[in-house]
Amino acid sequence: MTAEIEPIVGRYVYLRLGGCPHRIYFEEAGEGIPLVCLHTAGCDTRQYRHLMLDPAVTKYYRVLAFDMPWHGKSTPPLGWQEEEYRLTTEAYAEAVMSFCRGLELDRPVVMGCSMGGRIVIPLAAEYAKELRAVIGLETADQVQSWFDNTWLHRPDVDGGEIGAARVSGLLAPQSPEETRWETLWGYMQSGPGVFKGDLNFYFYRAESDFRDFMARIDTKVCPVYLLTGEYDYSCTPEDTKRTAAKIPGAEVIIMKEMGHFPMSENPKHFRSYILPVLEKIRGQK
Amino acid sequence: MIEKLPELVNGDERLVWRGRFLTVDFLVEVGDVPYYVSVQSGRITSVERGPFHTRSWRFAVRASAEAWEKLWEPIPRPGYTDILGVMKRGEARIEGDLQPFMANLRYMKEILVTPRRLRGRC
Repeated sequence: MTAEIEPIVGRYVYLRLGGCPHRIYFEEAGEGIPLVCLHTAGCDTRQYRHLMLDPAVTKYYRVLAFDMPWHGKSTPPLGWQEEEYRLTTEAYAEAVMSFCRGLELDRPVVMGCSMGGRIVIPLAAEYAKELRAVIGLETADQVQSWFDNTWLHRPDVDGGEIGAARVSGLLAPQSPEETRWETLWGYMQSGPGVFKGDLNFYFYRAESDFRDFMARIDTKVCPVYLLTGEYDYSCTPEDTKRTAAKIPGAEVIIMKEMGHFPMSENPKHFRSYILPVLEKIRGQK
Repeated sequence: MIEKLPELVNGDERLVWRGRFLTVDFLVEVGDVPYYVSVQSGRITSVERGPFHTRSWRFAVRASAEAWEKLWEPIPRPGYTDILGVMKRGEARIEGDLQPFMANLRYMKEILVTPRRLRGRC
């Protein structure tokens, strides 16, 4: 064979979520500590392809990422055509933990971005003993609503076009053209109403729930790392710092010249921030 | 800067193509100064400086002169990468019948930052 083949392998796993069988797509590369990566709203696992191809990561970590139901190559549940998709905290946590348990991952690290960065807070609170650490990229306990999201799902506005245009300002201007546009291409891919349905969770305003989650996190059992790009105006550095202040022991890193999608908009620059965190987690007892 | 929109937009073939389904009149306000912008199939056909009396438009984009200046910096600072960011900061308002604005969001955002090209980089 003369063509180059990447070491990333994609497969399907059957999980029961919300009482219904689901066919879930996942990809993985590397060996070692399981590192489960969660994609952003309206997107899929492709956002982590650069991390999966980084030998400095895959030498020590088994990097896995799965497409949430309704996303990427995972199918929506039976009867989806009569449903309005709306992600909830419970459904999201169930999907992540079912994936980890279904694959029998031994105390995985869970890293998520945006809505994935937000779910790591309830996960660290509820499942600390099953997890080695959580890494939240662009994490906030509360995200201020700044856009009427009904625009994202209506017949007189193209969902793919507006999805990308709505988020394009969240990327740092310094991120390379190629990876900026690949990130936006991802935002043009999701099915009707999926991005909007994810934002139901992202902008969820039950403050009391998250306050409770944050109060229960024990970072000695499950360390919490929160990394946010300075150009992210959706989850701002101030939002992340405010969140971390409510979680004793949480470590905050503000990434210069970075936006809302660090792993995909500027993978090379992201390495300089994420490798030291992964090294630290490797060293923990 | 807004007066320069016809040359900035119409000379960019791909940008005009992205707006090919948009024909609309809208208002841009830079501080107290209103500009009436007419678009025909993605091409800017005219920009008039106000004030206007009893003139109709589909939507309006309003911000202070300082906010527009920050939006037009060649490498904008955090929070000023696009008009939505400026809006989220409470320094811009996007009002009126927003369907044509949203259906052409990439085009609208791109034409509103074309003045960056006059400052070295777009």
